[in-house]
Amino acid sequence: MSETAGVPAEKKTGTPVLELRGITMRFGGVVAINGLNLAINEGEIFALIGPNGAGKTTVFNVVTGVYRPTEGQVVFAGSRIDGKKRYQVTKRGVARTFQNVRLFHNMSALENVMVGADAHHRTGLAGAALGLPWHRREERDGRAKAEELLEFVGVARRMEETAKNLPYGDQRRLEIARALATDPKLLLLDEPAAGMNPTEKEELQGLIRKIRDTGRTVLLIEHDMSLIMGISDRIAVLDFGQKIAEGLPAEIQTNQRVIDAYLGVPADAS
Amino acid sequence: MNDTTNRNPLSRARDGYSSFFDTLRDRWATAPRWARWVVYLVLIVLAILLPADGVGSFMSPYTDWPTLLFFPIGGYILLAIGLNVVVGQAGLLDLGYVAFFAIGGYAMAIFGTKMHMSFWEILVVGVLLSAVSGIILGAPTLRLRGDYLAIVTLGFGEIVRIVANNTDYIGGPRGIGGIPHPPSLSEWTIPDNGFFDAIGIGGVQPLKYGALDGKPYYYLMLLLIVAAIIFAKRLENSRVGRAWASIREDEDAAELMGVPTFKFKLAAFAIGAAIGGAGGVVYASQSVSIIPTNFPFILSATILAAVVLGGSGNLPGVILGAFLVAWIPERIRGLQEYRVLVFGGVLVLLMIFRPEGLLPSRRRKAELAEGEGGMGGLGAEVGGPVTVAAGEVGE
Amino acid sequence: MKATTLNNLFSQFWPYTIDGLSLGAIYALVALGYTMVYGVLRLINFAHSEIFMIGTFGALGTLHLFGMPSNVGGFALVALVLALAVAGGIASGGSAVILEYVAYRPLRRNNASRLAALISAIGASLFLQQLFARLVIPQAFGLPKEKGALPVQGHFVHHTNVIHIGGFELSNDRLIVIVGAVLMMVALDMFVNRTKLGRGIRATAQDPETAVLMGVNIDRIVTATFALGGAMAGVAAALYMLRFEETRFDVGFLLGIKAFTAAVLGGIGNLRGALVGGIVLGLIEMYGSAVFGSEWQNVVAFSVLVLVLMFRPTGILGESLQQARA
Ligand SMILES: Nc1ncnc2c1ncn2[C@@H]1O[C@H](COP(=O)(O)OP(=O)(O)O)[C@@H](O)[C@H]1O
Ligand SMILES: [Mg+2]
Repeated sequence: MSETAGVPAEKKTGTPVLELRGITMRFGGVVAINGLNLAINEGEIFALIGPNGAGKTTVFNVVTGVYRPTEGQVVFAGSRIDGKKRYQVTKRGVARTFQNVRLFHNMSALENVMVGADAHHRTGLAGAALGLPWHRREERDGRAKAEELLEFVGVARRMEETAKNLPYGDQRRLEIARALATDPKLLLLDEPAAGMNPTEKEELQGLIRKIRDTGRTVLLIEHDMSLIMGISDRIAVLDFGQKIAEGLPAEIQTNQRVIDAYLGVPADAS
Repeated sequence: MNDTTNRNPLSRARDGYSSFFDTLRDRWATAPRWARWVVYLVLIVLAILLPADGVGSFMSPYTDWPTLLFFPIGGYILLAIGLNVVVGQAGLLDLGYVAFFAIGGYAMAIFGTKMHMSFWEILVVGVLLSAVSGIILGAPTLRLRGDYLAIVTLGFGEIVRIVANNTDYIGGPRGIGGIPHPPSLSEWTIPDNGFFDAIGIGGVQPLKYGALDGKPYYYLMLLLIVAAIIFAKRLENSRVGRAWASIREDEDAAELMGVPTFKFKLAAFAIGAAIGGAGGVVYASQSVSIIPTNFPFILSATILAAVVLGGSGNLPGVILGAFLVAWIPERIRGLQEYRVLVFGGVLVLLMIFRPEGLLPSRRRKAELAEGEGGMGGLGAEVGGPVTVAAGEVGE
Repeated sequence: MKATTLNNLFSQFWPYTIDGLSLGAIYALVALGYTMVYGVLRLINFAHSEIFMIGTFGALGTLHLFGMPSNVGGFALVALVLALAVAGGIASGGSAVILEYVAYRPLRRNNASRLAALISAIGASLFLQQLFARLVIPQAFGLPKEKGALPVQGHFVHHTNVIHIGGFELSNDRLIVIVGAVLMMVALDMFVNRTKLGRGIRATAQDPETAVLMGVNIDRIVTATFALGGAMAGVAAALYMLRFEETRFDVGFLLGIKAFTAAVLGGIGNLRGALVGGIVLGLIEMYGSAVFGSEWQNVVAFSVLVLVLMFRPTGILGESLQQARA
């Protein structure tokens, strides 16, 4: 974090950091994503919205290597990452959170984040078993980085607590810290505001901006419209696995297809 | 046994016991560095004094106490530490752990009698061989669902034993005899004077490996145990241990946080195998001859029972478990014959009343309470690319 | 050691095939118990091998009851085997139900981990083996305690060839084993598909939670599953006694692992798969022992297990816990 903190945001530089080219994802008969093209630019906050079951989470799963797309390519920072192993995708600089929190919940908050920080650590078994100097240095650095990130997301005072004992909002923030610890260029947030109260949502909005301001790109799935409209640079709308609109927040708000498919159904906007 | 009148006092006693150890554990966790070193030192000194006759007359009235300390007690402890890496740390169920003990034992026997290598060379070779066989077994099978892994490892253990039994080159069912003892490092004798006599180790030659005195072998085993503890503890508190814990808790999430889960599982297998192999080499170097039936399935089950009884994942617990499992049948002579019978019964009762073991780590206890037992592989089915097991990732 | 070549297999093809089929039929019947319990509880019932062992002693006890007949052949043999099967089935089915009640049910109540259940199963398995070796066998057969671990024999079959065409010979015991096993499998298949209880088992295997919601009594289903699986193992035990005329306290250990292999081979959870898996394993084992020598028979079987799990972990017919093609 520290080395990138304070780097001024480069908005809409126009170079896509992530590109989905003609992605189709089928599960048996279900077509979860259908011929999706999407380009996320470096340094922007990009929101992916759409009704439940539209295929948003599946997009995340395809990008992070959970699924190999049935068709199409995923290009990240200039090279293809579809079909790569999940941990390799993470090492290249894509990290994510989960729609339903998936922390290592019997580990402490600090340990959770340290697992993320380990992603770039090099010590092998021998180094760890023998307690060699570079291993100690890595452990120290990892710990410092984790503490710093917990501070950054605002969970520092509970870092020794077991993850599952944290309040729900803190768990979500902890997940963000864990993902940030892997030093991602691109951070994927799956409904980070779900279950948060208005104050927490407000804070989350600030946190996401702060993350972007450290030079990272954020791809965000959310249902909360005021949050989306408040922080997104651009928005894409999915419906039944297809992109039905893409543009600036103002354009999306007035797009008739979007209103029909999504905004018109208040039940979905939790 | 689910009678409510019985249950309350019983469960209260259980709670009291648990909270006592919880307090102890918290004390330990916050103890200053020097205090821990003092405790370690005291423990090591006690371990060195353990073979003394005075201790032996109570602990083992029927058999030679130092030999008993070497094996089964020391041997089981070493094996349990190794198996704990696999089962307790990485959460992989291995039912054929005895195979690695056998590979170490046969390495000692073959290289010692046929190639005339020295014990110390063989120790290195045997450990490497066992680790490699761990990798050979693990590489194709570690992607399997957890309970399939259990059966495949069981099959592997049987294959190793049967192959030893059927191969004439290594003596078939008659095994290998005339295995050399380790070369004596020194003839040095602990002075036979008042002080050392008083603490019971006067006149011992701790570095001379002969046929009669079990103490030097016990010290050798002790050395291995201490080394294994140091390694295991260091791994546990490093990125490796964190990776294992994360795999136990949520293998998919771990992989997505950059943990190469397969590599770490394989590493756990190799480390466990290496420790088991070391145990085998030392065991064979003391016992002069080995036969295939020294390495039956029941030994795998026994070591697993030791790990689980003590508190899988927690080293002090595992050591305690191994000690009890090795010592009790020797101490209570009438029990010898019914050892395995009692064992089986205790395992069932333990799983009903205290599945976390006698001295569980707090985390493992919590994991078990959640019904997953931290067996990542057993709970979550690890799917290949075709299966949709990972489909839960988003939900 | 005898000559171990492919020639050996070709010159003795039919005998090895018949032996493989009859062995496979026994594996298949035992595999049913593994597959059913795994289907319903997702548990490898490690003590199922001891359920089988108890069946062999049930059958042996019945032989004693009949005054240890010898040289039984013809239809008398069929009738005798029927009695042994009933005895074995009751002994095994009953002990399977008790096993579930003592070693697994309390764990299910506590919502224990699957590791805990598996370890409890291993414990129960050791306990039962030793119970027989140390107490039951010496008591029942009036042997000194140390002899409890030795094989116990009961010779009663008068071997005749039922069919003899050229090199093809089929002896009476092997014929009864194969026919008996197939009949049992058909009966079980019908039971699971046609009766209410059978449908309950399938529903539970598919989705326990929904099954509970729909009013299925899980405890009853689990009991029935253990009883049925146990009874099949008991019948297998009677057929085993017919075929080998000898048993011991750990007769189930290797046989159990192999029956489990058969279940995995056919696709665990799949009842018809158990038949296919059992037969295939029995044949591979006998052909393997023809080629490599009988001392390698078990290594061949375990290697098959490892290879199958590596390359086709869902088995030949595919797993069908979900569809429970029961
Ligand atoms: N592993 C899977 N197997 C089968 N269907 C799936 C799987 N993952 C997602 N789907 C289906 O894909 C569709 C999109 O799901 P998802 O991406 O979770 O939607 P969203 O996140 O937009 O709510 C849904 O119909 C869902 O049922
Ligand atoms: Mg979603």
